[in-house]
Amino acid sequence: MISRLFRFRGGIKPASHKAESSAAPIRPAPLPRRLVVPLIQGSRGSARTIVTAGDKVLKGQCIGEAEGAGGTAIHAPASGTVLEIGRYPMAHPSGLESLAIVIEPDGEDRWIATEPLDPASASREDLILRIQASGIVGMGGATFPSHVKLGKGDGISTLLINGAECEPWITCDDRLMRERAVDVVTGARILRQLSGARRIVVGIEDNKPEAIAAMTAAVRESGAGDIDIVPVPTRYPAGGEKQLIRVLTGIEVPASKIASDFGVQCFNVGTAHAVCRALVHGEAMISRIVTVTGNVERPGNYEVALGTPVSHLLEFCGVKAGTSRILMGGPMMGFTLPSTEAPVTKGSNCIIAASPALFPPAPPEQPCIRCGSCASACPVGLHPFELYWLSRAKRFDDASKYRLFDCIECGCCAYVCPGHIPLVDYFRFAKSEIRALGEEQKAASQARTRFESRVARLAREKAEKAARLAAKVAETRAGLAAGDAALIAAAAERAKAQPAVADNDTSPTDPT
Amino acid sequence: MSSPHIRQSDASVQRIMLHVLLALAPGIAAYVWKVGAGILVNLAIASATALIAEALVLRLRKRPIAITVSDGSALVTAWLIALALPSIVPWWLTMIAALVAIAGAKHLYGGIGQNPFNPAMIAYCTAIVAYPALMSQWPAIGNTDFATQLQLILGGSREIDGITGATALDAMRTGLRNHAEVHAILASNAFGLAGGRGWEWIAAGYLAGGVFLLATRIIDWRLPFGFIVGMGVTAGIFWLIAPERFPSPLFHLASGGAMLAAFFIVTDPVTSASTPRGKLIFAAGIGVIAWFVRTFGAYPEGIAFGVLLMNICVPLIDRNTQPPVFGLRKETPP
Repeated sequence: MISRLFRFRGGIKPASHKAESSAAPIRPAPLPRRLVVPLIQGSRGSARTIVTAGDKVLKGQCIGEAEGAGGTAIHAPASGTVLEIGRYPMAHPSGLESLAIVIEPDGEDRWIATEPLDPASASREDLILRIQASGIVGMGGATFPSHVKLGKGDGISTLLINGAECEPWITCDDRLMRERAVDVVTGARILRQLSGARRIVVGIEDNKPEAIAAMTAAVRESGAGDIDIVPVPTRYPAGGEKQLIRVLTGIEVPASKIASDFGVQCFNVGTAHAVCRALVHGEAMISRIVTVTGNVERPGNYEVALGTPVSHLLEFCGVKAGTSRILMGGPMMGFTLPSTEAPVTKGSNCIIAASPALFPPAPPEQPCIRCGSCASACPVGLHPFELYWLSRAKRFDDASKYRLFDCIECGCCAYVCPGHIPLVDYFRFAKSEIRALGEEQKAASQARTRFESRVARLAREKAEKAARLAAKVAETRAGLAAGDAALIAAAAERAKAQPAVADNDTSPTDPT
Repeated sequence: MSSPHIRQSDASVQRIMLHVLLALAPGIAAYVWKVGAGILVNLAIASATALIAEALVLRLRKRPIAITVSDGSALVTAWLIALALPSIVPWWLTMIAALVAIAGAKHLYGGIGQNPFNPAMIAYCTAIVAYPALMSQWPAIGNTDFATQLQLILGGSREIDGITGATALDAMRTGLRNHAEVHAILASNAFGLAGGRGWEWIAAGYLAGGVFLLATRIIDWRLPFGFIVGMGVTAGIFWLIAPERFPSPLFHLASGGAMLAAFFIVTDPVTSASTPRGKLIFAAGIGVIAWFVRTFGAYPEGIAFGVLLMNICVPLIDRNTQPPVFGLRKETPP
């Protein structure tokens, strides 16, 4: 049992705006005319396509195999025909294109034969392989491949299931826990088995009483009191992995370490649900629950086939007039979608239609007065204003020393800043500059190493050539000298041998 | 546009400054009640000068004018200057002080947020070094009517006999230099319950405003606490050793500008230390220096010098008191 909760420093309490989308049950979103399924769906690798244009595929059929150790497989979200494999804009702040498999659904939605894998009898290796082959990545947004996180499966004592969902507006995890608590709990138990953890603790922000009740009931009904459902105080970013670990266990995992180093592993409730679907039901990850909210006619949570263009989903939910941009993710850490043609992927937890009324533009930036509000709000304990001054002055070395890279870009500092300074932008800028400088330095040092080794090689070759030449000269000289000596010796021999020719059978060696 | 996409709606520089101005109101009310309405004239002169100077300098520097003039920071500086100067100084001295603070101490360094020194304290020090006589003429409690004060402020004549009175710090200083003992000096008419007679109420007004600023989290408790502890403990040690030669901590904290400094000057975010430990060190340093200047220095009040000296130390203090970040604190439980 959890005996007490811990606090993390800082944090904020923005208006939650959860009610807009949390009231209605999860509804299926209709399939679009074309599904665009990106090959990259995890943060540590990609899939290798195993279909070609014209292939007929069934729902749940593997269309891309995991590539490398960090890759995860991708599957057809609906039955239909592969139209092409091409480059499409992705749901990323940059709007860059990436390879995707385009499928035209046939409307029949026929499943491929599913093969459940019984966690009780299957080997750990098989289960991990199945998780990778089912395309399971972290559903909280970071899309870290779950099979990589599960690792070797030793040294873990506590498994945390993250149902905090601290970002305003987002309610997909809330609805998932309310409606599919049994699957979440089953998935959590499988994850415990795989991680080797002794106990499971589920952290849920206390602004979701229905989810807490549903999860508690699911644990009780499954007959075992082996899972702690713990309400945690609602304070952004309580759902950040390291913040939740702090709240539930008291452990602070520094930026340079990962949770496993402290015997803790943390999975999102959506991931636990997906693990249950993949193993118990044999269903690969082909859809996810997406909160669509903000300036729309029908806000709510939708079961969306991966690859569904955001524009299709928005059309279905009815975007209202006055929408100025579309946010993907929450308002604290999400980004403005450069194109709504981008498809929903495994990390797309929320789509917000933003209007100036709901999301007023920040007032004009004013100079920093070092009031310290940002430092009080920072959950990492940084002094954002100090980093701001250093970033502005491009004193990047000092910014690094003041632990710029510990910043998790949660946005609390910019949220509270009375000068309305876009602090996170400054930090992103400084980080990218420092990384670029590092790359440059690396490139320069590589070039120097190459140059130095070339010089060394040339010098060595020259030396070797000289040595060879010298050796040859020496050899020739020695040969000549030996020749002379032999001639003299031979002459002497001959001279000596003259009187007694009959005594000597062997002829003197002719050195020439 | 990038994250975060929402902002705390009531967070603004203007709100902070308005809170500070509001918090000064009880002290000003006590001032008017005990000393007279002359202070209001000085507040007006300082405010007008500061705002005009701010606008002009911003124009010269080709910076946006309206947003900075309306942020309230110049008004805070102006009010602090008016309250730090004797309330019957001639109008031009108040104007010079406000000009020095805004055009010099603030904008020569780059404007709001950039100044290393507290502008109001730069102005106070300039005035006391340049016009020591005028700066020592404090109105006696309850002795002067508004017309006389107005004449002293606006008119040229300085017929001040019978109008001014020695402040508590002055009276104590003079008494001690004449080898009188503390309790004998305190028996005189200039002293009240804690500090100077009547002035203690103004100090109480500042204290009330300070409590308001603490409650609304505009200021960090460490700054007033550090200052009060710094000055109180230093005074306390000497007072315990030789109570006849050193007045009590209570006397020091209730006299002069101690309460104004503790809650409104030491707490200036721009020029104070920023780390939790740094704030304590910074504020305590001011308290200690102020006590030493009061006790052994050439000026009766030493807070301004303490503030400026500690302002210089802020980068050093901040650099050496950076708190450990998440995951690197020692007390992390297993």
